[in-house]
This record gives sequence, C-alpha cells and structure tokens, in this order.
Amino acid sequence: MAMTDPHHDHDETQRREHGAPLSDTELRVKALESLLVDKGLVDRVALDRLIDTYETKIGPRNGARVVARAWADLEYKKRLLENATAAIAELGFTGRQGEDMVVLENTPKVHNLVVCTLCSCYPWPVLGLPPVWYKSAPYRSRAVIDPRGVLRELGLDLPDDVEIRVWDSTAEVRYLVLPERPEGTEAMSEEELAALVTRDTMIGVARVEAPRR
Amino acid sequence: MNGIHDLGGMHGMGPAVREENEPVFHHEWERRAFAMTLAAGSLGKWNLDMSRYAREQMPPAEYLSTSYYEHWLYGLGRLLVEHGLVTREEIEARLAGKTGGQVRAQRAPEGIRVLRAADVDELLRRGGSARVAEDIRPRFKPGDRVVAREIHPVGHTRLPRYVRGRHGAIDRDHGVFVFPDAHAMGQGRKPQHCYSVRFAARELWGSDASPRDAVYVDLWDDYLDPA
Repeated sequence: MAMTDPHHDHDETQRREHGAPLSDTELRVKALESLLVDKGLVDRVALDRLIDTYETKIGPRNGARVVARAWADLEYKKRLLENATAAIAELGFTGRQGEDMVVLENTPKVHNLVVCTLCSCYPWPVLGLPPVWYKSAPYRSRAVIDPRGVLRELGLDLPDDVEIRVWDSTAEVRYLVLPERPEGTEAMSEEELAALVTRDTMIGVARVEAPRR
Repeated sequence: MNGIHDLGGMHGMGPAVREENEPVFHHEWERRAFAMTLAAGSLGKWNLDMSRYAREQMPPAEYLSTSYYEHWLYGLGRLLVEHGLVTREEIEARLAGKTGGQVRAQRAPEGIRVLRAADVDELLRRGGSARVAEDIRPRFKPGDRVVAREIHPVGHTRLPRYVRGRHGAIDRDHGVFVFPDAHAMGQGRKPQHCYSVRFAARELWGSDASPRDAVYVDLWDDYLDPA
C-alpha cells in the first residue's frame, strides 16, 4: 500500500499556492485527527489503508463482474437471484455494507431503482462508496415520489408501460440491480461484458448501452 | 425522530445532477473524515444505528446546507464526546491551535483495541451483519396485507414518514435482524423479522402517481400491523 503523508495533500498545496486559508471544516478535521492520534485512539497508517482500499480496490468494477457473470452463466444468475450474498461472495466480494445482499433483475417490463431516503445506504463491496448525487437531498427526496422525473433528469426516459420499482434501503439489506443485457453482445467474453456495465446501471438510473460497432 | 434526514417525498430540493468521472473523494478532509469514522467505529463504543442517530441530530438547517461527510464529521464528534473518548474542550483547544494539555502519543484507554493497518482488510471483508441467528416467529408471510403504523418515535427509527399509515403487502421476508429503534438507543437488539413491503405508488402519492409503479421499503415487525 502506498503510504501517504496526510500533511501533504493536493487541496492544501493548491490553496497554499493561492494563499487561501483552510476552511472551518478542514480545520475541524485536522484538529480531530491530531487529537485522536495523540490520544492513541486512531492509527494514521490504518486511516491511509482505509482510504486506499476505497479509492483503489473496492468499486463498481466489482459489481460489473457480478453482472457479467450472471449474463454469461445462467446457473450463476439463478444463484444470484436466490441468494445474492452467497453468489457475490463466490467472486470474493463480501463484508462491510454488503453483509446481506439482494439482487433485483431488470426486464423489458420491470425497472428497478435503488435509493436510501433516510441516509445513503449503498452496497459498498460491489459498488464502492456512493456518488454525491446518490447522497444528496434531490435524489433522496424525489426518487420515491417522482422516480420517472428523477430518471429523466439523469438521462433515462422510461415508457409508461414499464413498471418502476423503487427500493428504499431502510434496513441493513443492500440492493444491486441486475441490468438487462443489451443485444449484440452474444459473442462477448465475460470480461468484455463487464466493461459495458457502469455504476449507474447497477443503481438503476441508466441502462447498459449496446456496444458500438 | 421526525428529522430532516427523513427526506422521502419532499419537493424543492432541486434536480438530481450527475458529475461525470466523479472521484471517490473530492477533498483530503473527506478522506480523513471517512477513515476516522470507520476507525473510531471499530473501537466498539457504539453501533451503526447509534452513528446514524448521531448524524440525524444535526440541526436541520445545517444538515441541508452541508455535505455528506460533514454529516459524518458532526456525528463522529458527537459520539466521541458522548462516549467520553474526547471532550468538547479538547476539540476546541485543538482548533485554537493548542494541544489542550494532552501529552503527545498517549496510549489508548484500557480495554480499547485500536484499529491497525494490518487489521483493515479483515475488518472490511468480515463486516458486521445485523442478521440475528435466533429462531423467532415471523408475524407475516409474503403476500400478507399490512399497514405501516402511524407512530412518531422521538428517538431513532427507520420507519420513514411517507409510509406511516399506508397499506402495502409483504413482498419477502429478509429474516431476523437487529431492531434499530432499540439498538440506537442502547436498549439492546430486540431481534425481529424484517420484510420488504410493497406500497403502490398511488397508495403513497395519490391518483397523480403512476398506476404501475411501487415503492419497496424494508420494515420490521414492530412497524407493521395486519391490514
């Protein structure tokens, strides 16, 4: 793991160059970190390791591998829909904020969309940490009352005859959408399929695009 | 609590906007606040439900005008003080540029296991399921009609306001889980079944809503009555 010096970060360097002071929030974080380190309650190297894990190791490429496997292997897909936690663990993705998983299959007539209106629950082992829009008030407030409007804002216009199922993650179950496999991908390898799958298609705010020929 | 965090169904928050090629963190302080929250959480002084409850107690105007990791930072500060690991005076002294009388490089209090880098992978891989291995009878089965209770707990709850008093149907039984309303308040786990409950969009939002669409909400036995 790369050791990073917490006192030498990009934001701070930029600001020093421009002569701007640190914000209240930055000062508060620095104060708290130095206090916790001095009290022996946190270890800076462990903090670096946590950050590095979510910046470089755990992210939506994990979920894309799950989706590609399900598209390529119907037996796997069956296991995934029956017991998502175990099937996802087969690929090595387990743990924090993904302890109990459910996978939701999109079909031509049913579109699934995931939100957490109360905080920002999100399946970390397969998608990493959530994007800002997922955590923000506009999405959290309106995904349940106006899913079609929210999807349009995010670039997905669904016909009226498609049923939208919004899943509000109010408990400790975490949801992953299994998007529809696009046409024209029959000859693709699992790896090529995984490359088509984006984070947003696994939250349910986008469809997987067919590959360009 | 009927707090500002319970956002489902509100209007006026603006459009949902995606940032292309968004980085995992936008600022160094976000990285540190995120990691400190996980590391401090691993000390075992509080549980995840207590963490959520701490963030929910941020003053509403502040909650709406700050970002996600600022909510986390608020919650972390609150928990550290409530559980006696630091004092407000110590934090303020640091902010004022003083060491607050602390001797540098202290050892953690007796009985506290500090998270080390070598333990991080295992901590994350293992996680901490809220599932409880107890044989408890479910009150409902898939297909049962239910109504979400019209209750307004002043403490922590995961029953969103927008489903209270509304009728739905049990979609699936997730099994037995820790009950957050009790767990967040230090009243034990009170394990019970948690279900995915399907509410028709029109039941929640009236006749202007789509006749096809539905919202599925994960709800525990204590939030539900038979309809």
